[in-house]
Amino acid sequence: MKFFFVHLMPYADLDLSYTEKYNSAWVTLPNSYYDPVKGHSLYNRYLDELEYADELGFDGICVNEHHQNAYGLMPTPGVTAGALARRTKRAKIAVLGRALPLLNNPLTVAEEYAMIDNITGGRLVAGFVRGIGAEYHASGANPAESHERFHEAHDLILRAWTEPGPFPFYGKYYQLNYVNTWPRPYQQPHPPVWIPSQGSRETIEWASAPSRRYTYLQTFSPLAALAKYMDMYKEEAAKQGYEATPEQLGWSVPAYVADTDEQAYREAKPHIENLANKFLRMPLEMLLPPGYLSLQSMKGVMSAKGTITGGPQTIDDLLKKGMFLCGSPETLGQQIEQYQRQIGFGYLLPMLQFATLPHDLTKRNLELFARTVVPTLRHLGEAPAHAGAVT
Amino acid sequence: MADLRHSIESIAGCRVSVQRAGAGQPLLYLHGPRGAGRWLPFMEALSRNFELIVPEHPGFGLSETPEWLDNIGDVAYFYLDFIEGLGLDQVHLVGASLGGWVAAELAVRDQSSLATLTLVAAAGIHVPGVQKGDIFLWSAQELARNLFYDQKLAEAMLAEQPNQEELDIQVKNRLTTAKLAWQPRLYNVHLAKWLHRITLPTLILWGAEDRLIPPQYGPAFHDLIPNSRLEILPDCGHLPQVEKMTEFATSVTRFLQGVRS
Repeated sequence: MKFFFVHLMPYADLDLSYTEKYNSAWVTLPNSYYDPVKGHSLYNRYLDELEYADELGFDGICVNEHHQNAYGLMPTPGVTAGALARRTKRAKIAVLGRALPLLNNPLTVAEEYAMIDNITGGRLVAGFVRGIGAEYHASGANPAESHERFHEAHDLILRAWTEPGPFPFYGKYYQLNYVNTWPRPYQQPHPPVWIPSQGSRETIEWASAPSRRYTYLQTFSPLAALAKYMDMYKEEAAKQGYEATPEQLGWSVPAYVADTDEQAYREAKPHIENLANKFLRMPLEMLLPPGYLSLQSMKGVMSAKGTITGGPQTIDDLLKKGMFLCGSPETLGQQIEQYQRQIGFGYLLPMLQFATLPHDLTKRNLELFARTVVPTLRHLGEAPAHAGAVT
Repeated sequence: MADLRHSIESIAGCRVSVQRAGAGQPLLYLHGPRGAGRWLPFMEALSRNFELIVPEHPGFGLSETPEWLDNIGDVAYFYLDFIEGLGLDQVHLVGASLGGWVAAELAVRDQSSLATLTLVAAAGIHVPGVQKGDIFLWSAQELARNLFYDQKLAEAMLAEQPNQEELDIQVKNRLTTAKLAWQPRLYNVHLAKWLHRITLPTLILWGAEDRLIPPQYGPAFHDLIPNSRLEILPDCGHLPQVEKMTEFATSVTRFLQGVRS
């Protein structure tokens, strides 16, 4: 199994009493809450943490894209990836990912990714996402076109990477007389593509198609959802006549490790609760603009409305749902091993800094995870994952 | 509503649901973002003097969502086909909110089969400095409160318990509204340039307390459409046809009959 450290770069200095005045840390929270002097320190602290993960031997480090929010300060993740490209030496740099439907010209991503891939000599992992619903309020991109734009932009980027240029491209949303991307990617035929998602059959069918076999990442979801969608991927692959490998399945989950279960729980509690209740806070209308989900999925959500926007979550709620891994090295090792054997993922993407978790605890979390959890789990997931439908 | 008739019409390869009642000169009513699934009292009132025709737009209610539906111009062209397909002439075209936008786009393209145009709290243009409400970010609470001046009507709307079919239609209507109006939000950058082409007698109706498309938009349309008159209804929100049903029906009927005579 391989381990990628995920950082969201939250605005950890956020005045948490904002909730008395505003209903979201996204889009409508005034940017007067952001202090650039504190931001300067945070960016550099977070880059240090990502670089430290490289030194500690993590297989990869991950950055991502979000707009107009306190949850993640990387509206342009290429800047972060670029800063890391020269300061890290071994770890893959995964951008998880660029939100393609928000772009007027998707070739900017083909270019940006190719640059990172060239500078690092092939250490880039190329993530493609639609972005969460809030991005559509922030950018003006039409959520009703989200799926179509994603697919068209993806096709354009992959062709730009793999077909000799120049060639013309005439899609419904993007039209270009000359597609001729310089530089071409370092990795041939193209960098590995990962698809982070909260889970949907449409995405899994698309990602698992034999021509793609993209690594599918389940992000910040209950364990039940993780198992369901990983099984779905394996079933889809089996339907398409091949066996999914562990490398096609990844799980992204916040994690915290300390010497004892009790210590881990006590130290992580305020910060993980801030993540759920302060940094991820947004109304349903912001999270799910029309068209973001398929009509069928949206009808389901609207019928079950009460259960989705439920009240504040405690650390116990998150632990119970399997949305957070927290405990001693032994506890984490056992849990992850058990889940890996059941579910068969080959990538684990622990988010070892979250919300307000301070630098000293983040640093220790990284060290303990790398030195005491990773070594016991390395050997897992080296055989093909077994399709739920077959066993 | 003894003579309310429901039919499915096939126009431009799209099956649309149409309600009709009354007799006389045709009055084509184009609904707003919330659709036209229900036969409302103002429709009943208008059908006493006209043949009232209330289709559900492509992508709304019981109508199909055709492959070709991408933008507001598509809906305008669809209704030109609709008028032609149903053999209508001398049509009184009345559009509310999103439907008003469609009506204006249609009239700019071809007004030869129209007798008059009525725009009710119409979308379609942008007035610098006058921010529209955000229907896509408002909660159900905020939407109801902001649609009406009379908060008793808002409470009645919030107290409604839609069944599963109605909920599904709400999701569908919202999706099509986003497709047509998300960006630029509820307007077409190019429409204002050509509204002067509308030479029809035009009535512009607005609620003085409209919080979705503020009442400043009424005078803006009035300035852009040469042969238009403007009426602002006091103590009224975004839905004059619901909130001030009697005044609305009286105004529209008086205007249309005045034009005819």
